[in-house]
Amino acid sequence: MSDQALHQQSLVELRANLASKQLSATDVAQHFLQRAQADTHHAFLAFNEEATLAQAAAAQQRIDAGDTSPLLGLPIAHKDIFVTRDFPTTAGSRILERYRSPFDATVVQRLADAGMVTIGKLSCDEFAMGSANENIAVPASNPQAVTNPWDMSRIPGGSSGGSAAAVAARLAPAATGTDTGGSIRQPAAFCGITGIKPTYGRASRYGMVAFASSLDQAGPMARSAEDCALLLSALCGPDPDRDSTSLNVATEDFSRLLRQPQGDKPLAKAGKDGGALKVGIPKEFFGDGLAQDVRSAIDAALKQLETLGAHLVPIALPRTELSIPVYYIIAPAEASSNLSRFDGVKFGHRAKDFTDLADMYEKTRSEGFGDEVKRRIMIGSYVLSHGYYDAYYLQAQKIRRMIADDFQTAFQQCDVIAGPVAPTVAWKLGDKSDDPLANYLADIFTLPASLAGLPGMSLPVGLGEANMPVGMQLMGNYLQEAQLLNVAHQFQLHTQHHLQTPGGAA
Amino acid sequence: MSAPLVHGYEVVIGFETHAQLSTHSKIFSRASTAFGAEPNTQACAVDLALPGTLPVMNKGAVERAIQLGLALGSHIAERSIFARKNYFYPDLPKGYQISQFEIPVVQGGEVSFFLEMGQETVHKTVRLVRAHLEEDAGKSLHEDFIGQSGIDLNRAGTPLLEIVTEPDMRSSAEAVAYAKELHKIVTWIGICDGNMQEGSFRCDANVSVRKPGAPLGTRREIKNLNSFKFMQQAIDFEVRWQIEQIEDGHAIQQATVLFDPDTGETRAMRTKEDAADYRYFPDPDLPPLLISREWVARVQGDMAELPRVMAERFVRDYGLPEYDATQLTQSKAMAAYFETAAKACGQPKLASNWIMGEVSRRMNSGEVTLENIPVSSALLACLITRIADNTISNSAARQVFEALWSEAKASADADALTTIDALIDAKGLKQMNDTGALEALIDEVLAANPKNVEEFKAGNTKALNGLVGPIMKASKGKANPAQVNALLLKKLG
Repeated sequence: MSDQALHQQSLVELRANLASKQLSATDVAQHFLQRAQADTHHAFLAFNEEATLAQAAAAQQRIDAGDTSPLLGLPIAHKDIFVTRDFPTTAGSRILERYRSPFDATVVQRLADAGMVTIGKLSCDEFAMGSANENIAVPASNPQAVTNPWDMSRIPGGSSGGSAAAVAARLAPAATGTDTGGSIRQPAAFCGITGIKPTYGRASRYGMVAFASSLDQAGPMARSAEDCALLLSALCGPDPDRDSTSLNVATEDFSRLLRQPQGDKPLAKAGKDGGALKVGIPKEFFGDGLAQDVRSAIDAALKQLETLGAHLVPIALPRTELSIPVYYIIAPAEASSNLSRFDGVKFGHRAKDFTDLADMYEKTRSEGFGDEVKRRIMIGSYVLSHGYYDAYYLQAQKIRRMIADDFQTAFQQCDVIAGPVAPTVAWKLGDKSDDPLANYLADIFTLPASLAGLPGMSLPVGLGEANMPVGMQLMGNYLQEAQLLNVAHQFQLHTQHHLQTPGGAA
Repeated sequence: MSAPLVHGYEVVIGFETHAQLSTHSKIFSRASTAFGAEPNTQACAVDLALPGTLPVMNKGAVERAIQLGLALGSHIAERSIFARKNYFYPDLPKGYQISQFEIPVVQGGEVSFFLEMGQETVHKTVRLVRAHLEEDAGKSLHEDFIGQSGIDLNRAGTPLLEIVTEPDMRSSAEAVAYAKELHKIVTWIGICDGNMQEGSFRCDANVSVRKPGAPLGTRREIKNLNSFKFMQQAIDFEVRWQIEQIEDGHAIQQATVLFDPDTGETRAMRTKEDAADYRYFPDPDLPPLLISREWVARVQGDMAELPRVMAERFVRDYGLPEYDATQLTQSKAMAAYFETAAKACGQPKLASNWIMGEVSRRMNSGEVTLENIPVSSALLACLITRIADNTISNSAARQVFEALWSEAKASADADALTTIDALIDAKGLKQMNDTGALEALIDEVLAANPKNVEEFKAGNTKALNGLVGPIMKASKGKANPAQVNALLLKKLG
């Protein structure tokens, strides 16, 4: 087996080769480390070769001792929003440039316990605020926007842009991401990979640098639904002693449905009533704002689902458009408070010259935060301020509740909901970087599931304009990740879109 | 009876008290709450607000809030909300304080107490608005660093219960009585150690004045009153200051003030104009706090008898006046001391008199608490037994008590009566119950004081006292005064 082939393998394939001793965990780690260190997409922010190889050696020992854990010895890279002991954690911000966490995030810890080997830390929008990975401020000496492996003149999406680019360019077989308003699903779509955001509360938020606490969720990004299911099983689980919003539901084997043989019409009996899977098609997701190339790819994918036995059901999510103003009130409000701890007193950047305390705060935060972060802190402070709270924050919370209710109404008619992840394919670097509103509007299809706390995933369904990948979004009801992953897996068993590789990643 | 006006003004006071809850660990982290450790040694990642850390509610803090609510007859909210109070300060690590704003855990309730007003004892009730859970901030240390401030985050995250009253108090005396009563309750039920020097029980007083019948005046808030003495001084100064301002034609500006014990004055820290906008909003890191009826019942089942319930029982079971019962339930130790003594001697009122009299007097004059008191409740009970069975007089009993106190005689409870009897014998204090011997003694005194006898017979009843004194003296205090009186009247009659 050639090295060439190694990085094209899925986690499942790599694990089989580790089990059969075709490969060692160290071989695999070294191979991906070399690729990642030669990365031209600026996906990686930090490496620690010594730590990586030590983890690989430890994993190999477990393999040699007969441990058959499904993720044992497989590489992963972490979005730099997760705190890590062995690597710096910057959250993409100057204010944390030299920060080192004394502990690992629960998600990082769980994946390490599963035997995964950390390749490095991945670039992201500063504090996960952005849809293009252009809001990157580190290293301060030379911050570089992440580029899309399918076209280096385009953005990879964000905020988990480094994660998506690394997996698409085969610099790592898997990565962690976080999704607050679409930050896993949208870059996965833009880079032609598969990613899933679980139900809010499934994955512990302990050790995730907080952006918007009521929305932030971790999830895996990989080449296939099958790989994502393995990763999600390890990543999720209750964490009541560290995260009060962590759901008290037992860890789950999200691959269990995938393993059942299901024949040519696997979705014909996948519905909750034992009949055909009912796929809800929200008309609000297919309006004028949807680019023609994306629409065509999604339509073809929906036809494919029908071929597999699913029934398409028209549904309505009438407050889809409202999710933009609602999200851009709630998320900045929470962010403005979450980011108050970065004040130059205890850790992180502190301005050099200041006259008094207020001046220290002002200079530290002015120097430490980028424009988008400052913008959101200002919006958030405004909507929470006395006299405006009722009109903005409280009102947004009410509509958020209605958006969640709309989904419950829809799920009375269908099992899953399908639609586009984003209105267009990945745009050119710099195209929207001076227009925050244009960026916000592009989040329209991912925000509703975020606001409702529902699981959502993105899977590649073909290429659109300029041969850029198009992602289809699948949304499920609370705790229905296994079903989502199964639908995506059945689709991937019968299609090749997820196997398409950008030219540079051959 | 209402509180007196001050120069024609009615004083209006409301209280906000921060009671530090007696949990071992912090309200949202596992770090220790012990007082006095080296700076920053009891602050964990959560307390330091390191990126990625999240709060997890300490159930012990919630249970203590439930206990207070039960003790004060409050409503315990089945669902309450934690909110973030946002402001920047170096000793506030997250840049916000987790507190409760719109829906607090404890709602309503009241604190009742007795208040001495001139000759009268008045029963007073102060209504509570609420009590809410929150975390304390760290400490800024400005003294020890030249041009810099030190930050100690050991206290950051310490659980507090902020207890807020209606503006129901009408004098500094009422305010202090309220604070003392609240202090008694929180220490009694054990939710707070009550140590005011260490800041475990801190009071803020909102003070305003008005002409009777007028709407409430503008208030100024005196912060961090950490002794009952300063509380009274600060409020008295503040009231005088506000009245002077108004009399001089100045309006009172809403302000936060500090009391300086050295000058005895209050001075403004900040006025309403520079009041911060705290941008309160529900903390998304903490789900609503749900308290089931079952949980409340469980907490109630584990709670000790409350002081007012115990006082009512003392009235009912021991026939004590309400005043005695209230005084004896000022602390758990005092109440237990009383109850043991009263049961052992079967003389509850006598026991009450002795405890509120001699025992309290001796305790107040020395460094003695009920934990290390030299006269155990068993000894006191035996002493009272000997008074009740006429073995010794009250005055003789006082001598025995003094001897017990100063000699600190250790004795097992079973030997208490032997100890008392031995002391009575050694001091020769046994009451003279032999009528013949007493009559002989009286005859001697009558013979020696013919002038008094004449005066009494002439109708001056006071002359009798001039005879009783010498008789008691001649008996070395052992005669029974009532018996002496009766015999005298018989002989002179």
